Amino acid sequence: MRMKTRLIAAAALIAVSTPSLAHRGWLLPSATIFSGAEDWVTVDAAASNDLFFPDHRPMQLGGVKVWAPDGSEGKIANPSTGNVRSTFDVQLNKPGTWKIGTAQSGVGGTFKVDGVEWRLGGRRGPPPGAAPGQGAPGGPNMNQAGPGPAPRFVGSIDEIPANATDINITETSGRNEIFATAGEPTTTVFQPTNKGLEMLPVTHPAELVRGEPSQFKFLVDGKPAQALKVTIVPGGKRYRDGDGSFEVMTGADGVATVNWPEAGMFWLNTTLADKSPSIAKATGRRMSYTATLEVMAP
Amino acid sequence: MKKTSLLIAGLASAPASAASVSITIPQLKVAEYHRPYVAAWVEPAGGGAARTVFVWYDIKLKGNEPGTKWLADLRTWWRKGGRALKQPADGISGATRAPGTHKVALPADLKPGQYTLYVEAARETGGREILSLPLAIPAARGSVSGKSELGAITLSR
Repeated sequence: MRMKTRLIAAAALIAVSTPSLAHRGWLLPSATIFSGAEDWVTVDAAASNDLFFPDHRPMQLGGVKVWAPDGSEGKIANPSTGNVRSTFDVQLNKPGTWKIGTAQSGVGGTFKVDGVEWRLGGRRGPPPGAAPGQGAPGGPNMNQAGPGPAPRFVGSIDEIPANATDINITETSGRNEIFATAGEPTTTVFQPTNKGLEMLPVTHPAELVRGEPSQFKFLVDGKPAQALKVTIVPGGKRYRDGDGSFEVMTGADGVATVNWPEAGMFWLNTTLADKSPSIAKATGRRMSYTATLEVMAP
Repeated sequence: MKKTSLLIAGLASAPASAASVSITIPQLKVAEYHRPYVAAWVEPAGGGAARTVFVWYDIKLKGNEPGTKWLADLRTWWRKGGRALKQPADGISGATRAPGTHKVALPADLKPGQYTLYVEAARETGGREILSLPLAIPAARGSVSGKSELGAITLSR
């Protein structure tokens, strides 16, 4: 059953350049609550099935951003990418709550020119480095794909010619975030962009305690994302039988309430697909939001 | 001058009428012993803001890893109010204490009523323990005993 679901998901995603289909992308901070002056948080970043065991692919660090509590942009230090895990540090040199993570977007899908299927791949946003198309559709290489169904690609949505038909283009966006608080918690980094799928903490990430319900508000384009299924997975699967994951739903106000069964690091993820892309030629969009949250013992 | 007088009021010469709490730090037979960080605070029984009575930490340690770095290990105190205090706080912050019993005056301006007193201890390379007991002002009676990082906590006046 699980396999089947994955295959369907894989089929749906095939045209989109998503680096790890079934694997979960995660950021793991060394701690989230700090009391010293200018403490360092060190972060592991990877994609793997089990949380938080790096055994598959490192996360590429080019897209990692740091939002400082005063609204300025912070920076990562000592970035390093290994075989199965990347790591970097952030010095929390301003008091308050920091946000660290990625906000990526891309576009992909298929269209036809004169009955021949083409694919749109590549990513928007840093780093572009879009794969060059094998000749523009309608260009000189158009009919020189050789024997067999050689894939035809274009690198950007602007290369889709005016005479294209059967356009099936999906806009994708994803956020993956962690929070770290030095001293007193602040909320400046929670300011939503009102674009895509976002999470607005109702319970501050520095206030998550086992046995106390926590609330998180989900927004899509700034409006409450209702009836959204949010999956929560505790770390440390290797040390128990089940994966320990559970799901909560958002209400009409976009708020999901989570009761933490234990203290520790939790991976929170939700996805949403709709037909309201922000890109003109796209026909749909798929969004994801991920956060790693630390829950303290009381 | 101001600092000194506040320290005296808070920690040393409590008025005879004021309530106080005795905190016992147990002697532990461990290979590597460091004096624990300890904090105490009161909360109104009906809910309300926590008020820190004292926090003992490595107040003299400066540099890249100042003594404040491990204040968050007193995780409940840190969340309830520790993180809102600028350290060192007059009349509240002090150095870590050796094993033994230490008597500390409760704030003299606590209004009569029902409170809960919390004491939390966390030790480097050791454990963490939190205790609580009901505190009635002005009666201030009662005792509770810890199992690992704290001994007897006794109220008196």
